[in-house]
Amino acid sequence: MTLLISSFTIGLILSLLAFGVLITFRIFQFPDITAEGSITFGASIAAILIVSGLPPLLASLIAFFGGMLAGITTGLIHTRFKINGLLSGILVTTALYSVNLHVMGRSNIPLLFETTLTTQTEKIGKWILGNVDKITLLGWDVTTKDLSNLVFSFLLICMVGLLIYVFFRTNLGTAMRAAGDNPDMIRALGVHEGNMIIIGLALSNGLIALAGALLAQYQGFADVQMGIGMLVWGLASVIIGEALVGSMQLGYKLIGAVMGSLLFRLLVAVALRWGLNPNDLKLITAVFVFIALILPGVLRKMDRKKERVVHA
Amino acid sequence: MLEIKNVSKTFNAGTLNQVHALVNIDLHIEKGEFVVVIGTNGSGKSTLLNAIAGLFPVDTGRIRISGVDVTKQPEYKRAKLIGRVFQDPFRGTSPNMSIAENIVLASRRGQKRGFNWALKKPITEEIKNKVKDLNLGLEDRLFNMIGSLSGGQRQSLTLLMATWLKPSLLLLDEHTAALDPKSGERVIQLTEEIVEKDNLTTLMVTHSMHQAANIGDRLIMMYRGRIIHDFKGAEKKRLRVDDLLDRFEQVRREEQLDESAADLLKERYV
Repeated sequence: MTLLISSFTIGLILSLLAFGVLITFRIFQFPDITAEGSITFGASIAAILIVSGLPPLLASLIAFFGGMLAGITTGLIHTRFKINGLLSGILVTTALYSVNLHVMGRSNIPLLFETTLTTQTEKIGKWILGNVDKITLLGWDVTTKDLSNLVFSFLLICMVGLLIYVFFRTNLGTAMRAAGDNPDMIRALGVHEGNMIIIGLALSNGLIALAGALLAQYQGFADVQMGIGMLVWGLASVIIGEALVGSMQLGYKLIGAVMGSLLFRLLVAVALRWGLNPNDLKLITAVFVFIALILPGVLRKMDRKKERVVHA
Repeated sequence: MLEIKNVSKTFNAGTLNQVHALVNIDLHIEKGEFVVVIGTNGSGKSTLLNAIAGLFPVDTGRIRISGVDVTKQPEYKRAKLIGRVFQDPFRGTSPNMSIAENIVLASRRGQKRGFNWALKKPITEEIKNKVKDLNLGLEDRLFNMIGSLSGGQRQSLTLLMATWLKPSLLLLDEHTAALDPKSGERVIQLTEEIVEKDNLTTLMVTHSMHQAANIGDRLIMMYRGRIIHDFKGAEKKRLRVDDLLDRFEQVRREEQLDESAADLLKERYV
């Protein structure tokens, strides 16, 4: 049960990553590698600030702004200096590796004995439930810590998802979506599409850094290696989500990203439980995303072939 | 209104593919004039429109719209003054966004876009009414993706979008060329209606002699990056399709003459 709840909680936290990837990859068709640097950046900032005694909420907020800065840097490199989007992200991610080491002062910061959002949430949970360590839910024993963190993550994701949805329905957000969909048109309507990309990257990387900050607090440490493969994980969530909701509309896509992230985490947990070698996890994820990316094209081809056979 | 002074543009300068797309163009258009531009392929008519819209910087000369010197302004800044409809119906609208969202984007052309809810009730009502006036039956499909519409429907909507805020200058770049004759006819009708109603200053490139002869109050013929004919007022009104074809034939013959002369010279001297 703890395994299930904790994989759901991590799934919810990583929904923020999925939101970020959704913004860059699906709204702007921009494969933004910066994600891998900014998730660690967010974790490092939050960790060092928490260790130095800042309130965890404030530390997480600052991590969010740090991620925005990383996104803006990638955006400026791409739009002002006309460097390929993928390469811009790689440059910033590479630079961030050193930055992260400097921020943390070493390659790993443990947070197990600090006051974090995780411990604060546990405290609030205990206060609400009347100071018990465990409760019975549907016949299972659940620790207050697990339950309160699950509920907190859920509420947070609902709130952030709603904010993103509202933002993309404002005049600015609508223009940003159009900039990703048809740059020719949006320029003719008086919008600097480069600036729209920069704002999009800032928002996306801010969310991803926040995911990093929360993940570090939940798992109890920040590590300079924790970003590796994260973009593909986020992508996997987005793709699973799209398959689940099957809608082009933004609201459904956001809900899909959360569902995708949850399902993906669950699959990973189950696979590991069944004895999957953790070292193979990233290989399998990459293969999975590859198949998900080519599948629609292959299916269409097969359909056409079938039609041809019918016609013959 | 629109003043173009001595504008030139050479593409691929200094290479084998060098093209003199615009050569010392001078053009003055008065407020409310509807100018039709014709010319053979590669005559520079679309390049002229793109130079005005700011897709590329010109090599020489100045461009002023409503007294504003836009020569150095980037495309997105000039958009404040210019409404545009492209030849390709897919360029003027955002396919994965709804009809209403596309139009609301156009309703703030060249203006600040902030954190206000985009599709507020009043603007949505206004969109519904104006779309209804197009008589395309799209007013009940305002929240459908625009990508699901036909080329003709998309061009009509693009026209509505380009003129939603009255532009100082309306640029139409062969906006019926990619449509079937019937939808093309419809879009042209709509164009004339809107231009007349709002008294818009318009520059329309067309490939259709029929349109060139029957629409607008001034006609410009371009050839090899230059304006070779400029018919105004009564002279424009008298023009028939046959006259235009004659002029084209003349141009063609001169071109052939040029080529045969060049061949002759080659034979003699090379």
